[in-house]
Amino acid sequence: MTAKALTQELRPLLGITVTMLLLTTAVYPLAVTGVAQTLFHRQANGSIVEVNGSPVGSTLIGQMFEGDQYFHGRPSAAGDGYDASASGGSNLGPTSQKLIDRVTEDAAAFRQSNSLEAHATLPSDAVTASGSGLDPHVSPATARLQVERVAHARRVTEDQVRELVDEFTEGRQLVLIGEPRVNVLKLNIALDERFPLP
Amino acid sequence: MTTIEWGQLALYTAVLLLAAKPLGSYMATVYEGRRTWLHPIVRPLEAVTYRLSGVHEESEQDWRRYLFAVLAFNLLGFLMLYLILRTQGSLPLNPQHFPAVKPSLAFNTAVSFVTNTNWQSYGGETTLSYFSQMVGLTFQNFVSAAVGMAILVAVIRGLARHSAHTLGNFWVDLTRSVLYILLPLSLLVAIFLVSQGVIQNFAAYKQVATLEGPTQVLGMGPAAAQLAIKQLGTNGGGFFNANSAHPFENPTAWSNLVEMLAILLIPVASVYMYGRMVGSTKHGWVLVGAMTALMLLGAVIVGYAEQTGNPNLEAVGVTQVAGNGQLGGNMEGKEQRFGIGNSTIWAVTTTDASNGSVNSMHDSYTALGGLMPLANIATSEVIFGGVGSGMYGAVLYILLTVFIAGLMVGRTPEYLGKKVEAREMKSAMVALLIFPLLILGWSAIGVAQSFGTDALNNAGPHGLSEILYAFSSGAANNGSAFAGLGANTTFYNLGIGINILVGRFIFIVAVMVIAGTMVEKRRVPASLGTFPVDGVTFGGLFAGVILIVGLLTFFPAFALGPIVEHLMRSGTLF
Repeated sequence: MTAKALTQELRPLLGITVTMLLLTTAVYPLAVTGVAQTLFHRQANGSIVEVNGSPVGSTLIGQMFEGDQYFHGRPSAAGDGYDASASGGSNLGPTSQKLIDRVTEDAAAFRQSNSLEAHATLPSDAVTASGSGLDPHVSPATARLQVERVAHARRVTEDQVRELVDEFTEGRQLVLIGEPRVNVLKLNIALDERFPLP
Repeated sequence: MTTIEWGQLALYTAVLLLAAKPLGSYMATVYEGRRTWLHPIVRPLEAVTYRLSGVHEESEQDWRRYLFAVLAFNLLGFLMLYLILRTQGSLPLNPQHFPAVKPSLAFNTAVSFVTNTNWQSYGGETTLSYFSQMVGLTFQNFVSAAVGMAILVAVIRGLARHSAHTLGNFWVDLTRSVLYILLPLSLLVAIFLVSQGVIQNFAAYKQVATLEGPTQVLGMGPAAAQLAIKQLGTNGGGFFNANSAHPFENPTAWSNLVEMLAILLIPVASVYMYGRMVGSTKHGWVLVGAMTALMLLGAVIVGYAEQTGNPNLEAVGVTQVAGNGQLGGNMEGKEQRFGIGNSTIWAVTTTDASNGSVNSMHDSYTALGGLMPLANIATSEVIFGGVGSGMYGAVLYILLTVFIAGLMVGRTPEYLGKKVEAREMKSAMVALLIFPLLILGWSAIGVAQSFGTDALNNAGPHGLSEILYAFSSGAANNGSAFAGLGANTTFYNLGIGINILVGRFIFIVAVMVIAGTMVEKRRVPASLGTFPVDGVTFGGLFAGVILIVGLLTFFPAFALGPIVEHLMRSGTLF
């Protein structure tokens, strides 16, 4: 290869870089933004849900619930728990002492707050931290275990709350797509609407 | 595995294989410069690009000049990205006012994205401005994938042509990859993702008062556009720290299915295209078959391991059996909407390909469940592999296969009607031997020194897995991690950075040298002694070579990490 051959590649190098840069980082994302903001305005801006006119969160992002009157989500390793500006999992391995200690502690707390027996077996999602730390869902089983506590705190019957849980249980689509789940924030908003605190 | 999980795996594989032929044929048409149905829209853009850049479509480059163009383009890309990261504080689209990225991290990130690795030592939502993500990273997401595809096409021409000198024109192959393949597919996927709830905006982070009172800050940004190419281009670098586990990156089961298909869509089609362009679609299908078998093997092992779960969790009263409205299994690090099935398919395919995006945290997988992703990466990612890079890497294993077959019958090996001789085998072996050296060498230093072990998040054998995974992920340009490892230290940034660079370019140089010598060879007529590459025997031998050569090298290391952890999985804690 001669030096002349190399300098011949200089103009394509700069030209292709500039044109590809324009197409992929200006035209393309702006086109996507345009379509997104026009056709899917709510989704493109974070699927924000409002109560009484003020935003209370995103239906896609889990949040921290600790009171007896609400359903609780899964343990979260994002920041101090459901910190949506610091997503992440625990990254603890299966033989980690820290993991087993944490699960043991969370399991005891879960059993106590829901008045379960001391050695009651718990659903696997109830005491494990999700990958994002922002999982908005729990399994239907984990939601059902909390029905008694929530009904008691809101002074309504367990059946009333259980019906609401069933209503908010999403199944698989087309038999195979996704897993059965309950969106905790949506369920809690519905609770506040239907069974306001006494 | 539950029945549903078998069904999910079958559905995924079926859709993927059905797409291989139409997309692969389309890609072949694009690279042969023939007319496609996108021509009325894209061809004018392409023509303008060439005119502005002084590219003459018909003028071709020999292997040296093609390689020079690749390297020059990557060097310029690296400098641009480094500069953007270092100056993001004074650049636009920075509503969170993030400061400049510090030099070692900027270096690591720039190297990582230019090589299609997307190893991330940072959390996106806490470090990078929208400009850095949208302009800096997205550009490399497109072109690093396109570079891989261009090199594959050059290698194909080297094998398919005979008594010739040139391998095509890099600028043309690069432009066509972006304009005809990556951009249209990304547009479709991005818009679909937004419809599912992936965000695409330029707003500042939103503060909301949650239902119980405390404030929650929701990260915002132009995520969808970047995620589409992140998945399609086997890049894998997330917009947010939690990658595709984050609900804003992957909100629903449908978005998950599409993102998961996007991981292997182009790699599978590339294998079909390879067969077609070298003149034997049957050979292409045999390769697809062998790779699919290896993929399924991995998926079944991981699916079984994760659904069987963790005995240590069972011991403290957490059920590991699916049923009664819950999923059982090892749910630590996994999202409820994806469950065990769609988390494990993702974990396997993202490491078969050099994608490296995750929708669950591999560090929290069971020992066996974590072993398979690690083993996939350690095959240097030729089970479909990265966009372009997977198939050109597989060419090295193919040559090794015909070489071993040739040794068995005592003849000079042939491939596609040409003799495979010393120079080609040397090139292939140099790449295939340096690769394990990169991983095992650095890991050995890492486990022996406190600057290596101080970064561990898990003790015991799992710690060794974390270190092995990090250096493998770098060398194979995967980018996923056993993310507990605190890799943002000088030792890891340096070691992984070197692995990323050497791992990417040793393979590129090796295959370009091979393409350069193969293109000049004359055809020899097939004889009785020629080993046919379009039969099941070849497919089996090829898969065997990947398993034996690719994995046996690492067996002693795996035995001390995930395998011993598996044997001690019950009751022993660290």
